[in-house]
Amino acid sequence: MQIDKATLHKIANLARLEITPEEEAPLLQSLENVLSWMEHLNELDTDNVAPLTHISSEINVMREDVVGDHLPREQGLYNAPSQDGTYFRVPKVIE
Amino acid sequence: MKYYTSLREIQADLNDGSVSCRQLVAYYLKNIEEKNAQLNAFVAVYGEEARQRAEEIDLKIAAGKAGRLAGMVVGIKDVLCYKDHGLQAGSNILDGFVSQFTATAVQRILDEDAIIIGRQNCDEFAMGSSNENSAFGVVRNAADVTRVPGGSSGGSAVAVQADMCLASLGSDTGGSVRQPAAFCGLVGFKPTYGRISRWGLVAYGSSFDCIGPITKSVEDAALLLEIMAGADEFDSTVSTQPVGDYTHLSGLLKHPLRIGYLREGVESEGLQPEMKQAMLAKLEVLREQGHTVEPVDFDLLSYILPTYYILTTAESSSNLSRFDGVRYGHRSSNAEDLTSLYKKSRSEGFGKEVKRRIMLGTFVLSASYYDAYYTKAQKVRRLMKEQTDRVFEKYDFLLMPTTPTTAFPIGDKTEDPLQMYLADIFTVQANVVGNPAISIPNGVDAQGLPMGLQIMGKPFGEAELLAFSNQITETNTAQPSVA
Repeated sequence: MQIDKATLHKIANLARLEITPEEEAPLLQSLENVLSWMEHLNELDTDNVAPLTHISSEINVMREDVVGDHLPREQGLYNAPSQDGTYFRVPKVIE
Repeated sequence: MKYYTSLREIQADLNDGSVSCRQLVAYYLKNIEEKNAQLNAFVAVYGEEARQRAEEIDLKIAAGKAGRLAGMVVGIKDVLCYKDHGLQAGSNILDGFVSQFTATAVQRILDEDAIIIGRQNCDEFAMGSSNENSAFGVVRNAADVTRVPGGSSGGSAVAVQADMCLASLGSDTGGSVRQPAAFCGLVGFKPTYGRISRWGLVAYGSSFDCIGPITKSVEDAALLLEIMAGADEFDSTVSTQPVGDYTHLSGLLKHPLRIGYLREGVESEGLQPEMKQAMLAKLEVLREQGHTVEPVDFDLLSYILPTYYILTTAESSSNLSRFDGVRYGHRSSNAEDLTSLYKKSRSEGFGKEVKRRIMLGTFVLSASYYDAYYTKAQKVRRLMKEQTDRVFEKYDFLLMPTTPTTAFPIGDKTEDPLQMYLADIFTVQANVVGNPAISIPNGVDAQGLPMGLQIMGKPFGEAELLAFSNQITETNTAQPSVA
């Protein structure tokens, strides 16, 4: 699989990562190597095979909807890099 | 202090008063103090807390009210939540994070009076096979400090190997408990997918992740499994099947057993010669005992790793999207707006291998490539599950070496991710198909480095697998390495 720089940055944007100019070439190389290796799967005929989407043997596990202990607000905010006692704070989103 | 290899020995001494929990904790803390600077197995040590808990449990023992794990000093991998204790998954992105709740598996061992002595180094977000990808630095193998301990639960394995604790809790997504256990001469157990709740385990590949113990004996692994396993209302994928009696296993196995061994596990060219000899010797012993021992061809073997890496990178790119600098963890001080806050926080916080896997996962999930990679891998996963099920229709157990080679030198594979990924060739199958598998010590190579034997069992066949592991361990002549 050949990837160009535009694709690399498109994927990085989707992943919310920044790729520095120095990282570009080695990352492209290693992604191409790994993706080419992944393409060996194309040797297998899977035309009539359904994808295995769940490995758990449990199906639609439900429990009673009862009020229980919740994470108190102070604890929920405890690890926040920026908060005002009620909300997480982030840079302005809407002008 | 006596060198203990099982909790049973410790509890016998606790009961006749020849040792106390306080003495045990003091002994392990002394070992940590002496060895950890070099080995780097622990990233945080809860010394004062462990001493205090030891006193409480000594009182409980005296009163005859102690739990089943009284006397067991445990370390936990840095991916398991323990309320009011730090948690970083070996990553800078969680610098300073403090758990606000306790993982179900951790809570269950605490309820049985285990003493948690500290938090253990691992590859960042459990991504790695050598414990070289940690924000806390490389962990060293106590059998040879120039070599890796395996990964990703490298610190957890070395801590037990170097007698810094009796047992560790690790996590196994593609071999992360079994491979380091093999490299360090220990028992590493990955249960059936869903046997133990994942609540409170930092997610990597959610359809692969399993919590598992690293111990010196099969019986300790069995005891920990019995205590940790079972239904949990916080994990909808955990099995509601009743938990077996894993600590009373005698008489469980029929005779003779039908034992398959992976043909590539003795014939592969990449296999270290001593590994092959150790496998053949073990198979011969089993034949002499009257069991049926036959080679098994798993012709999908070479497709297992690519399948595993497509699916786990996809799942991890999704799981790790939660680390965005907003609610917890590292936040970049260079952000101008919300998007740059996400991007800069993540780019500064994640290490190289984690970023590579997020990029790969995002690629295989992107609209143009989703079917060609992700759906394809899910289909191949079904083929593997069906082929593995067919193997277990014919055989009770499937044997193979845990790893193709013994522990490799630090720095040996860090430049080439594909070489590193191949270190997991024999361990990933159990995660791809969900079956339980164990690594037990199988002697040492010419350089004295531990070798592991892997046994895979049927889904939810933990009791039989542990019984067989016990039986096979008794035939071991070589002693596991003692640091």
